[in-house]
Amino acid sequence: MNGAQASSWSPTLADEKQRHPRRWFSQGLFYGLVPVCRKEFLHVTRDPGTLFFALLIPMLQLFLFGFAVDTNVRQIATVVLDESHTQESRQLLERFAGSDVFDLRFYAGSPSEMYEKIRGGGARAGIRIPYDYARRLQDGTAATVLVLVDGSDSTVAGQAVSTSTGVALKESLARVLPTGAMPIEVRPSVLYNPATRSANFFVPGLIAILLQIMIILLIALSMVRERERGTLEQLTMTPVAPLGLMLGKMIPYGVLAFGELCAILTVMVVVFQVPIHGSFLLLLLLSLPFLLTVLGLGLVISTRARTQAEAFQLAMGTVLPSVFLSGYIFLIENMPLFFRGVARVIPATYYIQILRGIILRGAGIGELWVQALVLTVMGCAMILLAARIFVKQGAA
Amino acid sequence: MSAVIEADHLTIRFGSFTAVNEVSFEVGKGELFGFLGPNGSGKTTIIKALCGLLRPTEGTGRILGMDIRKDAAEIRRRVGYMSQKFGLYEDLTVAENLSFYAGVYGLDGRRAEERTREVQALTGIEPYMKRRAGQLSGGWKQRLALACAIIHSPEVMFLDEPTAGIDPVARRALWDLLFQLSGRGVTFFVTTHYMDEAERCGRVGYIYMSRLIAIGTVAELQRLPDANPPGTSRVMIATRNPSEALEGIRKLPGVREATIFGHSIHALAETDRVPLIREKMPGAKVETIEPSLEDVFVTLTYRIMENSR
Repeated sequence: MNGAQASSWSPTLADEKQRHPRRWFSQGLFYGLVPVCRKEFLHVTRDPGTLFFALLIPMLQLFLFGFAVDTNVRQIATVVLDESHTQESRQLLERFAGSDVFDLRFYAGSPSEMYEKIRGGGARAGIRIPYDYARRLQDGTAATVLVLVDGSDSTVAGQAVSTSTGVALKESLARVLPTGAMPIEVRPSVLYNPATRSANFFVPGLIAILLQIMIILLIALSMVRERERGTLEQLTMTPVAPLGLMLGKMIPYGVLAFGELCAILTVMVVVFQVPIHGSFLLLLLLSLPFLLTVLGLGLVISTRARTQAEAFQLAMGTVLPSVFLSGYIFLIENMPLFFRGVARVIPATYYIQILRGIILRGAGIGELWVQALVLTVMGCAMILLAARIFVKQGAA
Repeated sequence: MSAVIEADHLTIRFGSFTAVNEVSFEVGKGELFGFLGPNGSGKTTIIKALCGLLRPTEGTGRILGMDIRKDAAEIRRRVGYMSQKFGLYEDLTVAENLSFYAGVYGLDGRRAEERTREVQALTGIEPYMKRRAGQLSGGWKQRLALACAIIHSPEVMFLDEPTAGIDPVARRALWDLLFQLSGRGVTFFVTTHYMDEAERCGRVGYIYMSRLIAIGTVAELQRLPDANPPGTSRVMIATRNPSEALEGIRKLPGVREATIFGHSIHALAETDRVPLIREKMPGAKVETIEPSLEDVFVTLTYRIMENSR
């Protein structure tokens, strides 16, 4: 063994540690972050197909759901059975048609024909005006109008019931007060979303769900792939620290997700015409805690999954609670106590509040710092938890 | 000679299962130590414990004088590890794999370059630097894995079944590399299933049912009293049709073990019964032989199985 060889095999790292103890300590916790991060970016560029779909699919879903979801009930297909055939009955039907909720599409000749139309799904509502309608109105005895509503869709049914009640009330008042002037008139003014457009309400929430799915899948699959291929085992035998490995993976996927967020916001404003009332910069800034949390969630999932298929299942398992219990669709205030508790531990709950707050109401940091703080704490806890499990497993 | 790898009554339990039971041994500098044992006998667990990944339940170990319970991080900087899975990123090029591991071990740019040149010279991988690791043949993948594992000039190398599933030519090439490195003072701890590989090692340990049951040079093991019980001889019976004769020989009085090796039968028989074998097998050539390493391990395993019954 000659001198040159001896020097190249000497333990230089150990010497360096003695010279810079403080620097080594600060690098120790996150050791390996830079090479892991660089390598992860390389993986992304090596597999443009996966990258393309990872970025494209949320965008496609945004278009799909953004256009398809409309909770405002309009033009319910309605079947009419007018047995009265009078001027009065036609006037009432005009009021129904004028409400924009009922579309008087079919005219039935008999009650059984009307029922059949509803059972067959052709119509969702039926209006039956009895033969004595006009006579009873003139007598001053109460006239009855039957409104049948298909209850299989609760939103449609609710809207149909309330509108028909309103129509009847208006018609009655008009008859009692011949002058036509109502004593009380309610003028509703919907704040922040004056046209009550569904897109304004749903698209901001959808951003949270789409980002969550994309991020959890990307990072969990990347981690589990290393486990499947044995590179994770190799890494655990190197000085790479668990937090170095995890942050090294979070940075590239966080950057990707951030880019996707900007693209989605652009589409939201340009295509769906949802204006951002608050500060765009604040929105981006307060998105970071959410990205942190779901990246951490993805890492926790990756410690539990042995195979990519398992990771995929677990990732998908987080979707439904985030859709239904986060306030994205249903009001948290209306949930039973238990589910209100569940909603509080779902990260999407807080991010949806942030998104809607800034985009729709123009809220500022003063109103949203609590949500941001909760997400930051959750995110750090997730990452520490993932690192802890990782070490306990002996990273096998 | 001070020990580079030391296991001192190392015991590792997972719940009620004892994966490693009171294992002690020492490996000196520049030694090539072979570690044999069936699957699940605790080989990989010992490697993980010695690298500080698993905390021993009892006992301890030292690598280069550092305690595996306290200095895990420092130990991992100074040892290299290679497993049968190779730990390569198949979508990255050879050069990128090397530079990743150089980064992971904290080599700065100048030193990484220097070391890359050295491992290139050693493994001959230079022509493939721009190729993706996934496109290499099994043998070249293995060389790349070794190159990555030694990029930080480790003083100790742990190899966990490094040649599983590799063709014989590539296997021999890898062993030549290991001997070169060991000649430069690198200490090797190699687990394997292959007896011929074990016979190349300077010293061999045999682990069975979580216990280290034999350790020594091949010659020492062949002379172990447990492998050559007093009053017995190991004989080779060359016969035209060994597979037909095997059952008959096993049933002969005084024959303890018998197995086929190519065109002959190796048997462990009581010495005074050997003439009986000659008598019963008139056409066969019967000679006394030294036990092979496999004979030694099989005999030892049988003895343990008998004792535990």
